[in-house]
Amino acid sequence: MSAPTHAPVAEPSPRPSGLAGFAADWASDQRTFKNVSWGKAMMWIFLLSDTFVFGCFLVAYMSARMSTAVPWPNPSEVFALHIGGSDVPLILIAIMTFVLISSSGTMAMAVNYGYRRDRRKTAALMLLTALFGATFVGMQAFEWTKLISEGVRPWGNPWGAPQFGSTFFMITGFHGTHVTIGVIFLLIIARKVWRGDFETGKRGFFTSRKGQYEIVEITGLYWHFVDLVWVFIFAFFYLW
Amino acid sequence: MTDAPAHAAVKEHQQHPIGLYLLVWGLLFVLSAFSYMVDYVGLQGYLRWSLILLFMMLKAGLIVAVFMHMAWERLALIYAILLPPLLVLVFVALMVSESRYVLFSRLTFFGAAP
Repeated sequence: MSAPTHAPVAEPSPRPSGLAGFAADWASDQRTFKNVSWGKAMMWIFLLSDTFVFGCFLVAYMSARMSTAVPWPNPSEVFALHIGGSDVPLILIAIMTFVLISSSGTMAMAVNYGYRRDRRKTAALMLLTALFGATFVGMQAFEWTKLISEGVRPWGNPWGAPQFGSTFFMITGFHGTHVTIGVIFLLIIARKVWRGDFETGKRGFFTSRKGQYEIVEITGLYWHFVDLVWVFIFAFFYLW
Repeated sequence: MTDAPAHAAVKEHQQHPIGLYLLVWGLLFVLSAFSYMVDYVGLQGYLRWSLILLFMMLKAGLIVAVFMHMAWERLALIYAILLPPLLVLVFVALMVSESRYVLFSRLTFFGAAP
């Protein structure tokens, strides 16, 4: 890499794009992620590690389901709700999916309004996102209660392979924990936005750094990831 | 959907038209409804699995590309984040092979017991 040393500081040379840009960015002795702040890069790397955690859970579930000689309980029937005199398959899970997708939509718009420095709309949309998230966790608690009352345990269930309970509680429980943490995270940041911390340059209590509206986008990354994981859980655990 | 504001803002931060988010939001709803219908209608076999995987990948792609703004990032970040998870597929292949062997052992040496 021959970076022109005489280039004026005010106007940096444009980075190449495509594969050449990829090679140039990853070349030695420089910052790799050019127009991404450390906060955002670290959130992405955390999400990458979380991807492996959930990946391992889903692979464990796959192995348990593929290797059992006992039939796997039919999720379509297990998660059906009795509504209006007939069993509607997976209806609660479908509603949970729509709730989580809606929360992702409101989060994306909160990020947008954050960068426009529209404090009221950003905070309101983040609170709405948190509300959707809390609704999701509530419905999950309802689902757990229903299954536990029907006799599902981590070591057995009335319908088939005993591994069903352990994988179900592990995977949805870990996902629900992520949603819960996300709701708390959202509430904290929404409060800061509402108060105008990012306008006045108020220092955060934990790092004592001045915050920026970018934290809304970083929170959004985490929240969208939670939605993303649910897409895979929905497909592999509930629909398969 | 003009991409002019997207280009202008790339240096500062991610700023895209609200309409794009609403469009993706709507698409995610439709795709979720489709994948729910796969179960509701009761499709079985390879058709079911391929449709589930197709809708899943489309939804995941939309979320990562637009909601998480990956489509506008530089390749350095895109490759760093999106390529490593592909290794999970290797793990999946290993465990498929292992699971088949475990099932074979269970059926052969333990009768039908789990």
